[in-house]
Amino acid sequence: MANPTMTLIGSPIVVGSGGVSSVTFSSIPQTYTDLVVKTSIRGSGSGTPDFSGISINGSTSNFTFKYIQGNSGGANSGSYAVAVNPPMDTSNFTANTFDNTEWYFPNYTSSNYKSISIDNATENNSSTNYLDLYAALWSNSAAITSITFTPSSGNYVQYSTFYLYGINNS
Amino acid sequence: MAGSTYTPIATQTLGSAAATVTFSSIPSTYTDLILITQTKQSNSSTYTILNFNGDSGSNYSQTNLAGNGSSAYSNRNSNDSRIIANQGNYESTSDWQINRYNFQNYSNTSTYKTVLFRTDIASIDTMASVGLWRSTSAITSIVFSVANSGTFTAGSTFTFYGISAA
Repeated sequence: MANPTMTLIGSPIVVGSGGVSSVTFSSIPQTYTDLVVKTSIRGSGSGTPDFSGISINGSTSNFTFKYIQGNSGGANSGSYAVAVNPPMDTSNFTANTFDNTEWYFPNYTSSNYKSISIDNATENNSSTNYLDLYAALWSNSAAITSITFTPSSGNYVQYSTFYLYGINNS
Repeated sequence: MAGSTYTPIATQTLGSAAATVTFSSIPSTYTDLILITQTKQSNSSTYTILNFNGDSGSNYSQTNLAGNGSSAYSNRNSNDSRIIANQGNYESTSDWQINRYNFQNYSNTSTYKTVLFRTDIASIDTMASVGLWRSTSAITSIVFSVANSGTFTAGSTFTFYGISAA
C-alpha cells in the first residue's frame, strides 16, 4: 500500500515578537504533486479588513481571480486581475482573532498555467466579518519554486503561522 | 497512532482526450475519500458529470453556492441522474479547473452518501457544493464523464486519496 503523503515541507513558520513584513517559502522541492499552504494570520494594520497578498516566484503579475464573499451585508462576488489577496484580520478586529486560509496548488511543477483554489475566513466578534472562496489563476507556465505572502499594510503579528505541505499522488 | 492522511489510492493522467474516466474497485478500508481533479474541456458547451457504482437513476441531488465575478447565487438540482461538478455553468477550454471532493464515510452501508466539493475556474466561477447520492451502498466505483459529447483534454489529472480515522 502506498504511504501517506501529506508532508510538512520545512519547518512551520511562527511569527515572533515584533512581527514580520512578509513570509517566503523558497526553494520549494519539485518532488510533490500538489502543494497546500495553511495560514493563521493577523495584520498590524487597521483596515476592515486588510489583505494578505501572494507572489509566486517573485511575481505579482498575471494573476486573475473570482471570489464569492459572505459578510454581514449578504453575499457578493467580484473579479480582479491583480495579485490574489484575500481578507485578513487586523488591529480593527477583535483582539486575538486570526484569519484562517487554505491555499491549494495542484500540479505546481507542471508547464500549465497555475490554478489555485482558496478558502478564507476572518474572525471577528463584530457586525462585520468575511468568509471568502476564491478561484485564482497565475498565467505563467513556470514551476512554482517560491511563494511569498505580504500584508497590504503593516506586518503579520506575533503568533501568525504559515505551514507548507506537499502531497504526492503515488 | 494518529490516522493516516492523504494516502494515494489511484491516479490517472490523461495522455489523450477521453470522454470518461473510471475508478473501480475503490477499497473500503479508509474512513473518507478525497479526490483532487484538474481538468479542461474540449469545447465550450460541456460540464463534468459524476456517477457512483454505475447508478444513473434519479437518485442524486445537490446544492451549490457560487460567485461568477458579478453576482453571488445559489442553485439546486433534485431527483437528478448525476452529480454535476459546476452546475449551472459550462466549463472552460482555456483554464484548468480544480475540483476538490470530500466523501465522508463512503464505505458505510447504512446511510446515504454525501460529498462536499469545491469547483474553481478563474475565468468562470468559484463554487462550493454538497451532493447527495440516495443509496446505502458503499461507493466502490466512480465514473467521470463529460456532457454534450465533450471530452477531458490530455493532461487532465484525477487522484484519489484515502483518509483513515484509525
